[in-house]
Amino acid sequence: MAFAEAMRQINPDVVAAYPITPSTEIPMKFAEYVADGLVDTEYITVESEHSAITACVGASVAGARVMTASSANGVGLMHEIFPIAAAFRAPIVFGLVNRSLGAPVNIHCDHSDSMPERDSGWIQIYCEDAQEVYDTALMSVRLAEHPDVLTPVFVCQDGFITSHCYEPVDFLDDEAVTEFVGSREPRYPLLDVDNPVSYGSFVMSEHYFEIKRNQMEGMENALRVCREVSGELARITGRDYPPVERYRTDDAEYVIVIMSSAAGVVKDVADDLRSRGVRAGCLRVRMFRPFPSEEISEALSGVKCAAVLDRSASPGGTPPLAAEVRSALYTSCCAGNRMPSPVQSFIYGLGGRDLYPGDVESVFEGLSRGEHFLAPRYIGLREGTGGEERGGR
Amino acid sequence: MSGGGLCWQDVLPGTVTLGASSQSVETGLWRSVRPVLDAGKCVSCLRCWAQCPDASILTGDGGSVLGINMFFCKGCGICAQICPVGAISIRPESDFQGEAVSSGRGVGPLKVGELVG
Ligand code: SF4
Ligand code: SF4
Repeated sequence: MAFAEAMRQINPDVVAAYPITPSTEIPMKFAEYVADGLVDTEYITVESEHSAITACVGASVAGARVMTASSANGVGLMHEIFPIAAAFRAPIVFGLVNRSLGAPVNIHCDHSDSMPERDSGWIQIYCEDAQEVYDTALMSVRLAEHPDVLTPVFVCQDGFITSHCYEPVDFLDDEAVTEFVGSREPRYPLLDVDNPVSYGSFVMSEHYFEIKRNQMEGMENALRVCREVSGELARITGRDYPPVERYRTDDAEYVIVIMSSAAGVVKDVADDLRSRGVRAGCLRVRMFRPFPSEEISEALSGVKCAAVLDRSASPGGTPPLAAEVRSALYTSCCAGNRMPSPVQSFIYGLGGRDLYPGDVESVFEGLSRGEHFLAPRYIGLREGTGGEERGGR
Repeated sequence: MSGGGLCWQDVLPGTVTLGASSQSVETGLWRSVRPVLDAGKCVSCLRCWAQCPDASILTGDGGSVLGINMFFCKGCGICAQICPVGAISIRPESDFQGEAVSSGRGVGPLKVGELVG
């Protein structure tokens, strides 16, 4: 809803969306705005999520300001087109409501839909609450369309927990939004028939590599531009969003690294532990692509132990956030900085299972006892004794 | 590597190529068989013109079929399949060795509008 309201105020040129279940309320709400004449948007209803994102790409390279939204398996169906959008430098802003990928069919939150897209070349921003979703939608238009970036953006929020819960959100006036987002100035619009260009021509090995490297430059610039745009919005709203939120980490001995809505629980528990003399903190990663490695290694440089809580798994590998955090710390360590040790990895909340304060407290307790496990562990999972022998029965 | 290609800083962003147009792409080079028109049999139904995926059927005044643009025709054979009077036959390119190059390059590329009329 907060995202849909931001869309109404942004008034994009084109929205193409498909109302699959499970999708989101966002295209539904936006369709009402179109029907009520509140926006000038060309709203394209299509026959699948794949077509939705394909139409978005076409409209974006034509020169339009384009937004859409989806979730879970709908995002999965769009997968083929995401890297094309990024390679075309199509600055689409995408409301991604994080829901688990089937099977089994489930409509609730985890990050298994967006994480497979982490190498698609899209910026990924994970929001903690509805206010942040709204603010991020506004700044993402500027970020995506910035000439140094020209990269599509996923504005991620937790399915149901953030997308469907009621909470107060402070909206800007329509005029303030219009002024903040400005209008798009496309670099090579297909509709400029006097200056014809072609997108996505066949390229053999002679130039493919150079074109992909050129594309990465937009991502390289995104952290800097995001800070600038965020600062500019903060001057209007008073709300600033750095790539990483450091909650009581400055003097912390034990830190939990987490993304999105569950950070609230970790912050609450950190407050509680602090009142009992434990120096606990929460490091909330807001930007996942590009990954703010330096901020993270700097924030963790003084801690004794850290735990990374992932809301998705990478079967056979390290969960995505933990892998990135460890990589950042290893790089920082190679540069001569101290590495907190050990960095524990946990998986929580798959299929919308809640993360309770008691769960978080036991993670902090484990950290303070210096527990060390090589493999990722699970939070809130029913585990029988006997392990594998019981499996499959 | 290598070669005289552009370095990554110099390629255009977004896979863009300037001024690019399918009008300069000689899809005729892909052909292994080619359609041959027997103008005497043609009844100007224009089915071939409507169905050709490469807009290669050349038409004149009153919708008469004048010939086939060998710069673009890639020899898919659709025109021969749908012609109701068998006015188009398909023959192997090897029958045209020697003339293949000149017959291909001579016709195109054409500007929009030049094909008709
Ligand atoms: S063979 Fe195919 S491409 Fe060539 S003229 Fe006939 S329909 Fe067109
Ligand atoms: S389909 Fe056959 S008869 Fe009809 S216009 Fe083409 S060549 Fe002539």
